[in-house]
Amino acid sequence: MRRLSQARTGGLLSLVIVIVLLPLALDNIYHYDIVIRIGINAIVCVGLNLFIGYAGQISLGHAGFFALGAYGSAILTGHYSWPAWFALPASAAAVGMIAFVVARPILRLKGHYLAMGTLGMGIIVFIVITQEVALTGGPDGMPVPPLTIAGTEIYSETTWYWIIATVLVATVWLALNIVDSPIGRALRAIHGSEPASSVMGINVARYKAMVFVISAVIASVAGSLFTHYSGFITPSEAGFLHSVELVTMVVLGGMASTFGAVVGAGLLTALPQLLATLRDYEMLVFGAVLMGTMIFMPHGLVPTIAAMFQRWRRK
Amino acid sequence: MSLLEVDGLTKSFGGLSAIESLAFNVAEGQIHSIIGPNGAGKTTLFNMISGLYSPSAGRIRYSGRDVTGAAPHMLAAAGISRTFQNLQVFFNMSAIENVMVGRHLHENRNLFATLVRLPAIARGNAEARERAADLMSYVGLGAYVRVDPGSMPYGALKRLEIARALAAQPRLLLLDEPAAGLNPRETGEIDQLIQKVKDSGVTVVLVEHDMKLVMNISDRILVLNYGRKLAEGDSDEVRRNPEVVAAYLGAGS
Repeated sequence: MRRLSQARTGGLLSLVIVIVLLPLALDNIYHYDIVIRIGINAIVCVGLNLFIGYAGQISLGHAGFFALGAYGSAILTGHYSWPAWFALPASAAAVGMIAFVVARPILRLKGHYLAMGTLGMGIIVFIVITQEVALTGGPDGMPVPPLTIAGTEIYSETTWYWIIATVLVATVWLALNIVDSPIGRALRAIHGSEPASSVMGINVARYKAMVFVISAVIASVAGSLFTHYSGFITPSEAGFLHSVELVTMVVLGGMASTFGAVVGAGLLTALPQLLATLRDYEMLVFGAVLMGTMIFMPHGLVPTIAAMFQRWRRK
Repeated sequence: MSLLEVDGLTKSFGGLSAIESLAFNVAEGQIHSIIGPNGAGKTTLFNMISGLYSPSAGRIRYSGRDVTGAAPHMLAAAGISRTFQNLQVFFNMSAIENVMVGRHLHENRNLFATLVRLPAIARGNAEARERAADLMSYVGLGAYVRVDPGSMPYGALKRLEIARALAAQPRLLLLDEPAAGLNPRETGEIDQLIQKVKDSGVTVVLVEHDMKLVMNISDRILVLNYGRKLAEGDSDEVRRNPEVVAAYLGAGS
């Protein structure tokens, strides 16, 4: 027990230390931009990992929730002049409601069928965003007003760095709290065996819906932040490829590992940026990474390295 | 008083009846065994009592309440717990966490308390872990507390499922072939364990093929054949029943 809680607080502390020290290594705006994008993806992945890694479900539609949050904030601030800090929770609440309504029918599906169901959901979001030209600007996208804090508009990359860092640490903290609790054990039990979970008193449908909604709300918040950060939003954020990227990050980092999700997001966000020549082959690289992970490290990067470290320490 | 009353229970898959018009009662505080050849419908019966299958016809009453077709988690909350013939261990969790899941119904499952990690959650975790460790020693798994189920022998996994089921503090415990695949010594330990569980006031319904174990510990035995009741009684009555001898026990015994 003590060791477990140390791994919890120890991991969170390491993350904070990395975040505090990282700006020393960032010497231009381009670097900051990459790290901010990593942070935004990491926020989504930590939430998605609760659904995929812990509860053992699959979603190929979470980019849909990200985009709904992004467009929710963009439309409320752009067309209706809402303050961004009201638009963000309002969008998140609406996305949570949508996820809750979708959850019951869609989460009855398992395996491939669930993958197809969530894929369809993501595609519907994409089509709606592309078609509603009056609200969303259609395929061309729409400009988004900046975030304001105490009346000042936020453009500076360093300020954004600290905003995203704070939200990431909070998300990781919430995820760790869920994992190390009766609810977290129920989620992992559902992953292990649904019949056994249900006869142990776990309301399987309710917990699946709960974690689906939580991961959707987190994706929505990340989407809202992204939209204000980038100042412009296009429907590709809702696209299938974005959903696949998110799943690949979770799988590479390590399913059922909260810090793995952060590492996975970091590697796969940075990789295409650093190897600029590879950009045309981005999906090829993602596919290869996904295949390689499944074959050589089915548990993902962070759990595999953690196990190696433990074996080494025991010697 | 009967804790469990089954009446006219039928389950058909397609045109095939796995259980047909079955009626029997289980008295509180007893060990009630269900025997029968493979395919007699024993596991199907367990799946209906624990809510995993809903019956095609008939009624199940538990503790005086009609619970026919109720969801498994509702029945678990009412005090019914079970193990599985084909293991349903959570292999993605450690052995002790498996048992902790059994405490689910008695734990703090408030989402807000969990998200902000109120001290009650950490306290509850520690308490659940302690009780799970106690239960593991109770079923003789004290040595496996820190182990992954993947590296535990089959017999130990069977007992891990019993510990998990007991963690729910059930009134009615359904054990599906707890001695299958065990050696005679391990079967003897399961025998003692089931007696211990009964003595603690839990009603046990046991599906088992090991006749020595069944005859030894059962207060009452129900014999199924092709989904129907063939005989019912205490061990002597069942043993002497010529139909049972013909259909199941065979010439050898």
